[in-house]
Amino acid sequence: MINIFEVNETNKMIEQENLDVRTITMGISLLDCIDSDLEKLQENIYRKITRCAKDLVKTGEDISAEYGIPIVNKRISVTPIALVGGAACRTTEDFAALACTLDRAAEATGVNFIGGYSALVAKGSTPADELLMHSIPEALAKTERVCSSVNVGSTRTGINMDAVRLMGEVVKKTAEATKERDSLGCAKLVVFCNAPDDNPFMAGAFHGVTEADCIINVGVSGPGVVRHALRSVRGADFETLCETIKKTAFKVTRVGQLVAREASERLHVPFGIVDLSLAPTPAVGDSVAEILEEIGVERAGAPGTTAALALLNDQVKKGGVMASASVGGLSGAFIPVSEDQGMINAAMEGALTLEKLEAMTCVCSVGLDMIAVPGNTSAATISGIIADEAAIGMVNQKTTAVRLIPVIGKTVGDTAVFGGLLGQAPVMPVNMFSCEPFIMRGGRIPAPIHSFKN
Amino acid sequence: MTKSIITVVGNDQVGIIAKVCTYLAENQVNILDISQTIVQGYFNMMMITDTGKCPKGQAELSQELEALGREIGVRIHIQHEDIFNMMHRI
Repeated sequence: MINIFEVNETNKMIEQENLDVRTITMGISLLDCIDSDLEKLQENIYRKITRCAKDLVKTGEDISAEYGIPIVNKRISVTPIALVGGAACRTTEDFAALACTLDRAAEATGVNFIGGYSALVAKGSTPADELLMHSIPEALAKTERVCSSVNVGSTRTGINMDAVRLMGEVVKKTAEATKERDSLGCAKLVVFCNAPDDNPFMAGAFHGVTEADCIINVGVSGPGVVRHALRSVRGADFETLCETIKKTAFKVTRVGQLVAREASERLHVPFGIVDLSLAPTPAVGDSVAEILEEIGVERAGAPGTTAALALLNDQVKKGGVMASASVGGLSGAFIPVSEDQGMINAAMEGALTLEKLEAMTCVCSVGLDMIAVPGNTSAATISGIIADEAAIGMVNQKTTAVRLIPVIGKTVGDTAVFGGLLGQAPVMPVNMFSCEPFIMRGGRIPAPIHSFKN
Repeated sequence: MTKSIITVVGNDQVGIIAKVCTYLAENQVNILDISQTIVQGYFNMMMITDTGKCPKGQAELSQELEALGREIGVRIHIQHEDIFNMMHRI
């Protein structure tokens, strides 16, 4: 039988160390909504989302109350809209109208974000993909809750450099279109390589075409819990350190598995995956950077940071995999700058640079995330950064992503404020040398040799 | 049987257990096990209970127990047993 020490340990994690379930994300396929008439399509989409997700928020709250575990976000991901809108949308305005439909459906169901305003163009783009990508600035400026993502490359296909070039421009235009709010639109736009189909975390969540009609994916969190556990093994060797991370990750993930199972049963929707990511928030003590400091680097970005992050990421996976029936999504450590107080501090003190962050993305689960750069950074430079990240993902057979915010009107030394979970970010310097001729070449970077496994 | 864990934490004083148990008895909640300690002057109690026969839902129980806690000056939580089982038992 459960004893008082175990109960106290769990409750201490929840009350003092910010243990929570970060998100229950319902993935909804919109493929059966497709119609060549735009209005009919909008109606179909709105109806399907509000029907499938009508009890999502309430169920999340019920589970939270019953088990005493906070469930911070309830969200929805949908089939990439470029696939759904292809038959009906003739202009970028048509696609933006679909974004508004998604926004209304999200509001009606009470979720705080809806992901899937997306295009998958790893090898090439259809006319619909092109239109959707061009419509992103307008779509993100007109909506509150819609998140957008574009997959521009994969290990199997290489990198679509035409899309990379275009997305550099789209990021800039999105920044311009939302400049009154520190270019907030870019915080809801992710450019991926090897994007997973079942990621529950925003802004990159979409419901892949390989998925079932409707599923429940759950994202756990718990940087504060890991950091606290590591406090008790200060000075111990790496084996002890790794064991402690594994055990903690196991416990955190078990809670995610429980919530996923319950949500799936109560909503009568199949369980998809648990994403066992360490997802920080701007709250004090809920920081991945602080774990790295606890491991032994003075600030995130100091020499040793990449190795520390590599071992952290690996142990989180090893501990988490056994705790869940099915693991997926991104599953690893997130290193967003604006959403992590320890990262913000490290960037402000000059310990953390864009180049060091790029190195760190080679060994963790995502990429350059929530990084504010000067508003005058050129589209070609942003494309160059996207290409670098995509190359890391392609060659290392992992997901990488870029969520850069060129903050219009701000430069190095300023701070961009996004508010809420998106936090705030110091504007970081970008290498000033040009990559324009490289980006302007056009075409595709072929798939790497190790993709030929057949 | 629906097993729920009730935890009570706060400054020690006369009558905490009595008040909590009275509430539970009034609501048909059966107590299966109690552990209680005082840590550095803090009262710390855990009860394993069966809420299967309680006419009230878990959310209502939770709110009322929290309110009772505020009256007494301690924090009271009720949670489904499974969260602890999942975390601490393989």
